[in-house]
Amino acid sequence: MEFLTQMLGADVARMVVGLIAIIALVSVNALFLIWMERKVAAHMQLRPGPMEVGWHGAVQTVADAVKLMGKELITPTDVDRPVYHLAPIVIFLPVLLSFLVIPFSQTLIIRDMNVGVLLILAFASLTVLAILMAGWASNNKYSVLGAIRSVAQTVAYEIPLLITLMSPILMVGSFSLADIVAAQERYWFVLTQPLAFILYIVCATAETNRAPFDLPEAESELVAGFHTEYSGMKFGLFFLAEYTNMFIVSALATIFFLGGWRGPFLPGIFWFLIKVYAIIFLLMWFRWTFPRVRFDQLITFAWKILIPLAFANLLITALIMKLR
Amino acid sequence: MNLLSWLISPPGVATVAFILVVVVTILGALIAVSARNIFHNVLGLVLALIGVAGLFLFLNSPFVAMMQILIYVGAVCIAICFAIMLSEPMYLPKPPRSSFKTLGAVIGAGTVFAFLVLLTKKTTWTPAPERSTDWSVTTMGHYLLTEYVLIFEVISLLLLVAMLGAIVIARGGRGAS
Repeated sequence: MEFLTQMLGADVARMVVGLIAIIALVSVNALFLIWMERKVAAHMQLRPGPMEVGWHGAVQTVADAVKLMGKELITPTDVDRPVYHLAPIVIFLPVLLSFLVIPFSQTLIIRDMNVGVLLILAFASLTVLAILMAGWASNNKYSVLGAIRSVAQTVAYEIPLLITLMSPILMVGSFSLADIVAAQERYWFVLTQPLAFILYIVCATAETNRAPFDLPEAESELVAGFHTEYSGMKFGLFFLAEYTNMFIVSALATIFFLGGWRGPFLPGIFWFLIKVYAIIFLLMWFRWTFPRVRFDQLITFAWKILIPLAFANLLITALIMKLR
Repeated sequence: MNLLSWLISPPGVATVAFILVVVVTILGALIAVSARNIFHNVLGLVLALIGVAGLFLFLNSPFVAMMQILIYVGAVCIAICFAIMLSEPMYLPKPPRSSFKTLGAVIGAGTVFAFLVLLTKKTTWTPAPERSTDWSVTTMGHYLLTEYVLIFEVISLLLLVAMLGAIVIARGGRGAS
C-alpha cells in the first residue's frame, strides 16, 4: 500500500516524462542499432553496406521503418488468434518496463528501486514466454521449432546469468542498480570479477538470441524461427524488442562491471552510452566472428561449463568476502 | 467531480490498482481451469501468477513480487510448457470434459474456499510483530538464516523430495519403456 501510494502519488509527473523518454529512446536506439549492425556487418565483410539514403545510409532504417508500417498485416488462417495477436505486445512491454530502474547517470534514473536488478531479470524472463506464444500460435513447424529451441536455451542460460550476477551483488549487498554503480567508486568490478564479466557476456549473448547462440531464429535452418508468420509492424515489434533487449543486457553489463556512468571529463550519460554501445559493438563483432553452435553443444556448454563456473565464482566471492 | 478527485488521489489510485490486480488474478485462474486448449491454460496460469505478484506489490513487498514473477512465471510456467511439449499432440480431437470430475473439482475447491473464509473470519488479526521498513537483502538473509531457519530448511526438504521424485520417474530411462 505505502509502496504504491509513494510510487503514484509523489511523482506521477516524473513517471509520465520518464515513460515518454523511454519510448523515444527505444525507437531511436532500435533505428540506430539496425543501421549500426548493417554497417558493422558490412565492414567486417569488406563491403560498404547501406550508402544511399542519407550520410553513409544513416537514414536507411527510417525508410525501412516507414515501409514496414505501411505493410499489410497478414494473419494466416489457422493461427491461434488471441495468442497470435498478443505475442508481439507481450514481448515488447517487459523490455519497456526494464528501463524504469536503469541509472543513465547520477540523477537520470526514473525510479531507483531496491529490487532493481530483480525487476529487470524478472521481466527479461517474460521474453521467452512471448517467444513461446508466438511460435506456438503461428501453427507453423519452423515457428514451433524456433520456440522450443528458445525455451530450452533460455532455461539453460538464465541460471548461470542469475548466479553470475549474484557475485557483484554479494560484494555490494544491494539489488539497487544505483547502489551497484555507487560501489564502484574506486575501481570497476570487471577488475575484481573478470570471470563473472566473461560469463555474463556469454549468457547475455544467448539471452538475446544472437549468434553464435541464435538457434531460435537460425535463418539458414528455420526460415526466421518463431516470427516466421508475422508481417508488417507485428514483425517490427519483435525486431524492436530484440534490439531493445540488446541495449538492456549491455546496460546491465555496464552497470555491473564497467562502473555505470562513471568516467572523467564528460557528463555521466555520455559515459554510460559510450560503454553500452561499446558492449553492443562487441556483441555484433561476435556475430561475424563465431560460427553458430550446434544445439546439443549449446545446452551442454550451459549446464556443464557455465553453471559450475558461475557457482565456483559465487563461492569464491563469498569466501573472500568472509575472510576479509 | 468528487469521485474524480478521489480517483486521482493516492488512496483512490491504490483501490483501483487493487481491484485491477484482483480481477487479473481471478480472470487468469478462470482461464487456467476452464480453457480447452492446454496452452491457453498455461497462459491463464501466467496471468493469475502475475496478478498474485501484483498483490505482493500491494502488500508492500516488491522483493517477493519480483521473485514471484522470476520464479513462478519465468521458471515454473516455462517448465510446464516443457511438459506440454511432451504431452499428446494438440491437433487430435479433445475428449469431452467429464462432468463427474468437474463436479468433484468444484466441491473440492469450494470446500477449501469456505474453510479459508471461515478461518479469515474467525482469526483475530494482529499486526506482525516485526514490521520493519528495512527490507534490504542483508536483513532478509539474516531473517532466513536465524528466525525463520526452520521454514527455510523445510522448503529445501520439499525441493529434495521433488528432485528424488523426478529421479525415480526418470530412472527407467528411454530404453526401459
